[in-house]
Amino acid sequence: MEIKKTALAGTLESSDIQIMLSKGTNGIQIDLDSEVAKSFGDDIRRVITTVLTDFNITDVNVKAVDKGALDCVIKARTIAAAQRALDTVNEPAWEVL
Amino acid sequence: MKNSLNRELPDQIMSDLNYRPFESTEIGHPEIQRTAPVVRVTTGNDKVTDDLEAVVKNNVHDGMTISFHHHFREGDFVFNRVMGIIMDLGIKDLTLAPSSLTNVMNDTVVKAINSGTVTHITSSGMRGSLGDAVSHGALKAPVIFRSHGGRARAIENGDIKIDVAFLGVPNADRLGNANGMYGDAVFGSLGYALMDAQYANKVVLLTDNLVSYPNTPASIKQTQVDYVVEVDKVGDPDKIGSGATRFTKDPKELKIAEMVNSVITNSQYFQDGFSFQTGSGGAALAVTRYLKESMVENHIKASFTLGGITSPMIDLLKEGLVDKVMDVQDFDKGAASSMADNKNQQEIDASWYADPDNKGAMVDQLDVVILSALEVDTNFNVNVMTGSDGVIRGAVGGHQDAATAKLTIICSPLVRGRNATVVKDVATVVTPGDSVDVVVTERGIAVNPKRQDLIDRFNQVPGMKLVSIADLQAEAEKIVGEPKPLEYTDRTVALVEYRDGTIIDQIKEVKD
Repeated sequence: MEIKKTALAGTLESSDIQIMLSKGTNGIQIDLDSEVAKSFGDDIRRVITTVLTDFNITDVNVKAVDKGALDCVIKARTIAAAQRALDTVNEPAWEVL
Repeated sequence: MKNSLNRELPDQIMSDLNYRPFESTEIGHPEIQRTAPVVRVTTGNDKVTDDLEAVVKNNVHDGMTISFHHHFREGDFVFNRVMGIIMDLGIKDLTLAPSSLTNVMNDTVVKAINSGTVTHITSSGMRGSLGDAVSHGALKAPVIFRSHGGRARAIENGDIKIDVAFLGVPNADRLGNANGMYGDAVFGSLGYALMDAQYANKVVLLTDNLVSYPNTPASIKQTQVDYVVEVDKVGDPDKIGSGATRFTKDPKELKIAEMVNSVITNSQYFQDGFSFQTGSGGAALAVTRYLKESMVENHIKASFTLGGITSPMIDLLKEGLVDKVMDVQDFDKGAASSMADNKNQQEIDASWYADPDNKGAMVDQLDVVILSALEVDTNFNVNVMTGSDGVIRGAVGGHQDAATAKLTIICSPLVRGRNATVVKDVATVVTPGDSVDVVVTERGIAVNPKRQDLIDRFNQVPGMKLVSIADLQAEAEKIVGEPKPLEYTDRTVALVEYRDGTIIDQIKEVKD
């Protein structure tokens, strides 16, 4: 699936994560900013990558600003950003959820 | 080598600095030789000056130990002013031995480290840019972290030998009689600074309020003071009460406070004449409000509260629920300003408060203490020093000292953001699990298995459910996941002393 437009989901509140997806050409590129990057950076990247892969998104630039979000939050924000970026907000991808 | 908590310590540094590994919380009855300061004799008529630079130039020399107090907290103007002059004069290789370092001092200390002015530091703690710099190896010599009681002990026995103490005060007369109670930049108790005033070879007071002689009450006395330096302003009154103190509305913290209160009121210590201390964390502060209701309901009064004092404590004093407030420092404006009007708000020095090498310290008389934690592990060891990234961002404070209370309660949310508070192994042990009795989180109360008496007692209380500390740890990990272990280099950037002067843990340089 191709990114149609740059899209954003999430806030910079404590325990949230803000995910921005934009067009890319070189696979899934994640730029992560997180206070817990040392302890949980790999986990956060893995959750984002899994969701994007479920959407069949192969080339995308991801900007993730994490404020200590749990996996469920990261997943939800990535799904929201992906649907906005793919312009499929009105057709929820149930199988991904 | 390892200490009794199985913490790995650096052999070479331990032997170079003549340190022993931590063994036990028991202090025993050793005989201690205290030291005394050098006194330059004078009748005291030539102490007043406005030339701070000359005072620094004539008294501070390469290789000396200098000290400051942190009673002005984030409103301190004295530290940066004095350190600026010291750096301008090109003085090198100083040991910085303040009672603690607040955020407003960070940038100056980092600059002084980079310029070679400061090469050694001992403090209660550090945060922000300074903690970050030290954790990344800015200083060659390891920082020595000491509790407030431990610092008093080290000053008394000569482990810390202060050459010059620069002490800001909101009032002083021309001979140096001073207190923290009157003037613009009032901070109340001078508790930590009283050690410096008593033991430093040279004592330099800085004040913006020269009053007529003789000034009383004299917490610092003319017999201890060499110079009285007049400056424009010693501190910003609006920032003295900021920093650690905040009043919580967080429902999670309020729930924890309520649970802590039920631990206290259902313990054998909650009876008329009991004593207690609270830390400055959100939940710890809120406990006072719940405790007050329980005291009124049960017709129970406290004989004293101890340590760092906040306004809610002063309210208890004014309402007659507490007989004496034994005050080593004041966390907010209300507590600071009330000292002048309350004869039962007694200023105490750090030795009287918490020094283990004593003929009795007040912490040894304490029934209940409520403290917070960055991390607590399944052996009940507590970390209040390094964050989840391994970087220094805290202070020992009175944590180790107050934990000698008969009932030590650690309270904290189970997780903060994505960081677990209850973990398998804390990054840095500050307070040993042997002195911790109960851990309270919003998900449950865990009692140290060594306190079977408390377990039996609490199991009789309807509605009070105990969990094991391992259960709390597992629950926290279920929520946040298993963190990747932190990576450090082989370099030791700091040693944490236990209050008796043995080494309880080391802090290593973080790998980035």
